[in-house]
This record gives sequence, structure tokens and C-alpha cells, in this order.
Amino acid sequence: MTEPTLTIEKASKDRGKLRVLSDVDLTVAAGERVALLGHNGAGKSTLIKTVLGLTPLSGGAIRVGGAQPGSAAARRATAFLPESVSFHPALTGREQLTLFARLDGAAADVAGLLDRVGLSEAMDRRIGTYSKGMRQRLGLAQVLLGRPVVALLDEPTSGLDPVSRQDLYAIIDELAAQGTAVLIASHALTEVEARTDRIAILRQGIKVADDTLANLSQAAGLPIRLRVRASGDADALAQQTGGRRINGASVEILCSPAQKMDALRRIAAMGDAVADVDMTPPRLEDLYRHYAKETVQ
Amino acid sequence: MTRFLAIASTELAILRRNRWLVMVTLIMVLFALALTFAGSAPTGTLGVDMLTVSVASMTTLSVYLAPLLALMISFDAIAGEAERGSLGLLLSYPAGRGEILMGKFAAHLSALGFAMAIGFGSAGAVAAWFGGAGAESLVALGRLIGTSMLLGAAFLVLGYLLSALAKSVTAAAGMAAGLWLVFVVLYDLGLLGAVVFDAGGTFTQKVFPWVMVANPADAFRLWNIAASESVALTSGMTGAAQALPAWAAPLSLMIWPVIGFAAARFVFRRVEP
Repeated sequence: MTEPTLTIEKASKDRGKLRVLSDVDLTVAAGERVALLGHNGAGKSTLIKTVLGLTPLSGGAIRVGGAQPGSAAARRATAFLPESVSFHPALTGREQLTLFARLDGAAADVAGLLDRVGLSEAMDRRIGTYSKGMRQRLGLAQVLLGRPVVALLDEPTSGLDPVSRQDLYAIIDELAAQGTAVLIASHALTEVEARTDRIAILRQGIKVADDTLANLSQAAGLPIRLRVRASGDADALAQQTGGRRINGASVEILCSPAQKMDALRRIAAMGDAVADVDMTPPRLEDLYRHYAKETVQ
Repeated sequence: MTRFLAIASTELAILRRNRWLVMVTLIMVLFALALTFAGSAPTGTLGVDMLTVSVASMTTLSVYLAPLLALMISFDAIAGEAERGSLGLLLSYPAGRGEILMGKFAAHLSALGFAMAIGFGSAGAVAAWFGGAGAESLVALGRLIGTSMLLGAAFLVLGYLLSALAKSVTAAAGMAAGLWLVFVVLYDLGLLGAVVFDAGGTFTQKVFPWVMVANPADAFRLWNIAASESVALTSGMTGAAQALPAWAAPLSLMIWPVIGFAAARFVFRRVEP
């Protein structure tokens, strides 16, 4: 394996007295999809801007495919989807994408790309007539131009309906499959969960987590939630299992991943007293809340 | 080169699409024709052809209109992109900032030049048809179109400078209006006041012509007047033009677009989208 395509080392950024990024380390390898999570103002967009070379770093170093951010080589290698992007309303989708293709300097199948993002019907209409989702799709089409080495997507799902989101993630998978390193800054936790290889969490400019979802949940030690529906007396069931009654018929049991099978066996042994069992592993939301709120030592 | 052309052709498409080009050309034609007909009266008394009178009136028109139209196109150039959120995206492409600015400038200047050539040209043709034209008045017409483009170029780049400095499109528009007012109206009023106060002293003799020619709008006026005796005759403004060497006004008008572009590029470089 060669060196990671995107390397961020001890990146720091000060805005006046405020430290927006503080010693952030992050790498994304070719073909890897990394989610960058954090609250508003956690530094996600700033980090992306430093990778693009739009704002200089106060400390640390970034390499994009071996090149300095903002250099001609780095800009050729990078694709960027800004948050809720908009374009000149007087141009058509085809004209706008043609401009980007010519700026990119690579031969591109403009009509084919617009078709790929579902804008084949609208490509000769003015962008002024597009919906927010359609503008976002146009933004996505320009990400696909010229086989980028690194793709930076800032809140790519904002303004998209659920079907479009599925399309978006299918396109991100394609990008990764062709060897692009993809970094997705997002709030949409549930989608990121299934669609990324690794998750990095920023909190007030500090990276508080960076691992696979499974490892993160293990490290956080968040409980698995078992919800047991009683066929008869819920209170008795709660007493027997050591759980907590949450409504007339159901009991909730919290257990660690290690105790999970034990708990399931006990419930199964109760026979007819149990009507149904639901098991919820810790979700990204819980994890995110855990890492984003945890006080940093 | 292809990147510069890509930006320029896109900007031209925008100007054509949003009817800007048509509207401005129409404004130029209407104003120029109106001035040509309204100003045709003194032909006999001054002993010059109608085209000369027409060029003199259109020079006065252009002093106001060229800066205004140039600023109207250019104030949005950077602030507009920033407000739409597309500036960051544009800058993430390999085109350099100077290249982007140059592409926009080329498109805007050619649109302005087109409107001026059509507007002044058609009025000139009408004047020549009805009142005759000589070789000298045709040269004066060509000079008017050329210098108007230079004047436009100066205010285009000043518009980019404001657009890069402004935090929003609205602020850029306000600053552009202020800039126009200062350069085209208040500057001359201030100078007039100083000359009256000085009452023909050293300021009026030595300093005033140089201060005047430093303003691109006045340099434009002086160049057109100084270069053609008959235009000067019809405009009645020869004093200041004679006090300066012949190169002063052309130099001022040619150097403004260059300095303005460099300043706009310098400020644009520091813009963080």
C-alpha cells in the first residue's frame, strides 16, 4: 500500500484568538470513504477549506496526493462539493458543467455525467429554474469530472430527498471503487453509518474519535438495548430480568456487548412469558453524542 | 489559455442570456441618437460638420455613461460568486485567480465595446448621412469609441476591486454607486471650487491640470478635446487641455486599467471564500 492519498498532520488554524482547528491528524487512503462528523462550528468546513488551500494553515501540514494544498497539482487532483451550492441562474446545467470541465482541463462527457446524476431532462434549462436538490445534483456531477484523486463533500445530502440520497451514496461508492479517497462532512448520521469505512469526529476543532464504527462503539462501551414485550405481567418480567418497565407491556434491558448473549439466553429460557424481543445496537447518534460531549482530557 | 477562454465565453453567455448586452446597446444607441439630433443646431454657426458636433456631445455622454455601465457589470463579479457559494468551488479548480479575473474582464470589456461601437457608430452614421462628415470627424468618432472603451476598462477593474473588498453584493453595489459619484461628479465639483477659491493663482496654473488629468473620467474628456481642434471648438473647453503635454491624458487613461487590475487581483488573492 502506498502512502495515504490525503494526509493531514497536526493541522491547526487560528482565527484571531479563536483556535478553530487544533492539531488534527487525519488520513484517507485511496478508495476509502471517511465520514467527518461534528456539530456546527466544530471545524469541519474549515478543515475542508484548508485541504482545498482556500485558507492557510496556522500550523501543521497537509498533502493532497503528495502535493501542497492549493497548488495546481493539488487542485487538479481534488474535487469539491460545497455545502448547499448554487450557480449562476442564467446558465443552463450543461453550460455550467462544460465550464467546469474546461477549467478542469480534461476531456469529459458532460451529457453523460448529467444523465448519471439524473439531470438529463433538465440539462438545457436555466439553473434558475432548478430545485435545491437539482442544484445539488449538478454540484455532484462536477465532482465526477476527471477522476479525482481526493473528493471532499461538505454536507452532500442537505436538501436531497431520500431517493436522491440513495443515488448520492451509490455515486460515492462508485467514486471509491475507482480509487478516489472520499471525505464526507455530514450531519446525516444514519446514512453515514452504513456507507463509510471509517468515522472521524471533530469537537471544537479537536479530533475526538477516528476509527471504524465497530471499534468506536466498543471503545465507548455503549450499552446494547434489548426491548422485551411481555405476554402477561410486565412488572414481574422486569423484576426477573433486572430491566426497567417502559410501558404497559414492555421492558427495556441495557447490557454490554459481552453480556448480550447471556441476556438473550435468559430471555429465551422464560418461554411463554415473553412475546417478542427487539435488539438495538448502539447507533451512530449515541456514539456521536458520546464522543462529541465527552470532556477532553 | 483554454481556462481563460472558458471563463470569458461563460461570462459572455451570461451577459447575452440576461439581456444585459441588448439593454446596454439599446441605451447607447438611443442616447447617442438623441444627442446627435438635439446637438445639430450649432453646425452652421461654428462652421463644422454635423458629425463633429455629434462626437462632442457624445463625449460628454460617455463621461457619465461608460463608468456607470462598467460598474454595473463588474460590481457583482466576485461578491456575487461569494454570495452564491460558488466562489470556493471555482477556486478549487486549477484556474488561477488572475486568470479568472482576466477572463471576466475580457468578456465584460468586449460586451461594453460592442455596445459602444454600435451606439456611437450608428449615431455617427446618422450624423454623417444628414450633415456630412470629413476625415477628421471620422477619426474623432473612432477615437471616441476607443477612449470610451479605455474609460470603461478603468471602471471595470475598479468595480472588481470593490467587489473583492465588499462583504456582500449589496455592499458592492453601494460602493460602486459611491465610486461613480466621486469620480464623475464630486471630483469635478471639488476642483471647480478650488479653482474659484484660488482665483487664478499657482494652483490653477500649475497643479490643477495635473490633478484633473489624474481622474480617468477627466483624462478621457481632455484626450478627446485636445486631439481634435474642432471638437474642442464645439465643446468650448480648451484651457486645461492646452496647459498639459499631449501625452498626459492618454497616459492617465491607459494606466488606470493596468493599476486597477493589479489592485483588484491583489485584493482578490486575499479573499477567503
